[in-house]
Amino acid sequence: MISIDRKKCVGCGKCIDICPGNLLELKNENVCAFCRDVRDCWGCCACVKICPVNAICYQLSADLGGAGAKLFAHDSKTKLIWEIIKLDGEKIFLEVDKRQANKF
Amino acid sequence: MKKFFTSDVLIIGGGTAGLFAAIRLSELNPQIKILIVDKADIRRSGCLAAGVNALNAYIGKNHTPEDYVNYAITDAHGIASRKLLHTMAQRLNHVTKVVERLGLVIETDSEGNYVERGWRNVKINGENIKPILADAVKRLPNVKIFNHVNITDFFRDGDKIIGAYGFSTREKIFYGFTVKATLIATGGASGIYLPNHAGGSRHQIWYPPFNTGAGYAMGIRAGAEMTTLEMRFVALRCKDTIAPTGTLAQGVGAAQINSRGELYQKNYGNTTSERVFAVTSENLAGRAPCYLKTVGISAEQEKFLYDAYLNMSPAQTLRWIETNQTPRNFNVEICGTEPYIIGGHTAAGYWVDENRRTTLQNLYAAGDVAGGCPQKYVTGAFAEAEIVAEKISETLNEIKMPAQIDFDASEFEKFFENDSAFTIEELEVAMQTTMDEYAGGLTQNYRFNERQLNLAAKNIERRVENLSENLHAADMYDLLKIYELRERLTVAKVLIEHLKARRETRWAGFAQNLDYPNRDEAFNLFINSITTDGKTKIIFRELGR
Ligand SMILES: Cc1cc2nc3c(=O)[nH]c(=O)nc-3n(C[C@H](O)[C@H](O)[C@H](O)COP(=O)(O)OP(=O)(O)OC[C@H]3O[C@@H](n4cnc5c(N)ncnc54)[C@H](O)[C@@H]3O)c2cc1C
Repeated sequence: MISIDRKKCVGCGKCIDICPGNLLELKNENVCAFCRDVRDCWGCCACVKICPVNAICYQLSADLGGAGAKLFAHDSKTKLIWEIIKLDGEKIFLEVDKRQANKF
Repeated sequence: MKKFFTSDVLIIGGGTAGLFAAIRLSELNPQIKILIVDKADIRRSGCLAAGVNALNAYIGKNHTPEDYVNYAITDAHGIASRKLLHTMAQRLNHVTKVVERLGLVIETDSEGNYVERGWRNVKINGENIKPILADAVKRLPNVKIFNHVNITDFFRDGDKIIGAYGFSTREKIFYGFTVKATLIATGGASGIYLPNHAGGSRHQIWYPPFNTGAGYAMGIRAGAEMTTLEMRFVALRCKDTIAPTGTLAQGVGAAQINSRGELYQKNYGNTTSERVFAVTSENLAGRAPCYLKTVGISAEQEKFLYDAYLNMSPAQTLRWIETNQTPRNFNVEICGTEPYIIGGHTAAGYWVDENRRTTLQNLYAAGDVAGGCPQKYVTGAFAEAEIVAEKISETLNEIKMPAQIDFDASEFEKFFENDSAFTIEELEVAMQTTMDEYAGGLTQNYRFNERQLNLAAKNIERRVENLSENLHAADMYDLLKIYELRERLTVAKVLIEHLKARRETRWAGFAQNLDYPNRDEAFNLFINSITTDGKTKIIFRELGR
């Protein structure tokens, strides 16, 4: 499921356009994005990648073994940097070079 | 408000097949005017939204398209069309070159040959495959894209399809598209059965929850002949995240083991359905859960796995890291999924000829919505899209432009006026529970008998279908959910008839008919159907086409 940080969201609407399930909408007079129902999130992370201010993260629900860690993405032309923030604040960065194929 | 558009070609579903068809058609004849209509945004819609791991259909060194055909027929336990497979397989390597030219990164060796993962796969960076396709299409001046427009039905003139109509997922605008030729490319169907996590994570499934079988349903309602819906696809996936397992099996050679640590797969065979059957059987024999054995892989291999999954199912990498149960130290638990209907993996879908023409005039089908031709994956969907594009470009001149068609929007409007005792969600759960319990869902280990199928049919009609007419929509998103439910119901009803008609058990991992628990050579045939006024007629067709 995704969660949206209302304080960070700038209401640009990019996530609303990109969600393959039409799950997001702008509310509060078009200043903030909301997910209609997080149970309907597929976990594709399209919104996580496109958010220009990293207001959206993906989290594993409790029934999937999640404990509150957050997954963010920093996207650019040549690389995609994933950032995991664990519950204790530890940050882990995983960088995927877009110019290279996966080894597996 | 109603809006009308006319054009040469309508592509319903701007996914893998839909976008590739537009690219090929424009290359063949840039004068052809094309409309692409998608319920979401073509940059990240459908199966490719999160990315893919590899190109799963490719003819490796020292192999021929015929090898691929034989592999696919064996994997389908005989139920597949040699001709359709052949026309697809011949193009697999060509379309791989095309998508590389568009910008997909494919690994090559020092001599410039693609690096193979087994003889049927090539390694890629697949995270951005959908944006790459979408960018290519956006550059085409003859293509007009409608994002966030959901198509609900075809326009018909007798046996001819002359376009389609639907609605915006955002504003009260209803759209009608009248064209000479139509390609249906809406993908397969998930969500007909109760999913893996029925509660809070109901959409943490493998197949996109937003591919709801619209294309099948529209074809069924228009009287198109459908094939092999009873060959449902059950995927073997990582527990919880429902992420693909192929990367583990092929990337690090992880074997299946049960909770006693025994290797068991050799007892069951190695087709896709046999691998699922192996897990179901081990579980039922008290040796659950089953795992892919990853313990002992190197730190480097683990890092490669993290990257591979981030490019396709980021949840899996997050889970490994968040729970500290990394694949080097913990085997990966596996499970079967809910049954999906997907013509890209099995043979379920529209009955088409070698040119991917459906039985309805001027209607073509490609990708997961098209039947008879399993093991398509991404490149097979591209191949079918090319075939369609070439045939359309060849024949378009012969087709007269139909007069613009109007439609009655009260079909949609009524849902805003309705007063219903039930929510959309309640009826969706009613459908999924019925299918799960009586038509061989996940909780039943994919087993059923004929009496149960009859009950399933009755319940679907009485409990769900009749009630769905009265559902209330507060906004366009609700309307979308209502139509998604109705599509799934339409497919479910015909699926039940197909399951009843195959009085044998062909793919035990996908479906076990307990009245007929064995394979029966008398069923070496296609089970097809045509539905007229809600009545489904089964047609048996020979395999040899
Ligand atoms: C998670 C996942 C991972 C996969 N990994 C791989 C892999 O690594 N390698 C590989 O080769 N294959 C892989 N596959 C298989 C492959 O991606 C599919 O077989 C293929 O993409 C199907 O293409 P398609 O065009 O039929 O469907 P899609 O690409 O899903 O396109 C269907 C389109 O139709 C749209 N649509 C649906 N209904 C409507 C409607 N009513 N109105 C308008 N638009 C509509 C959807 O929004 C979507 O854009 C994977 C599939 C999945 C789900």
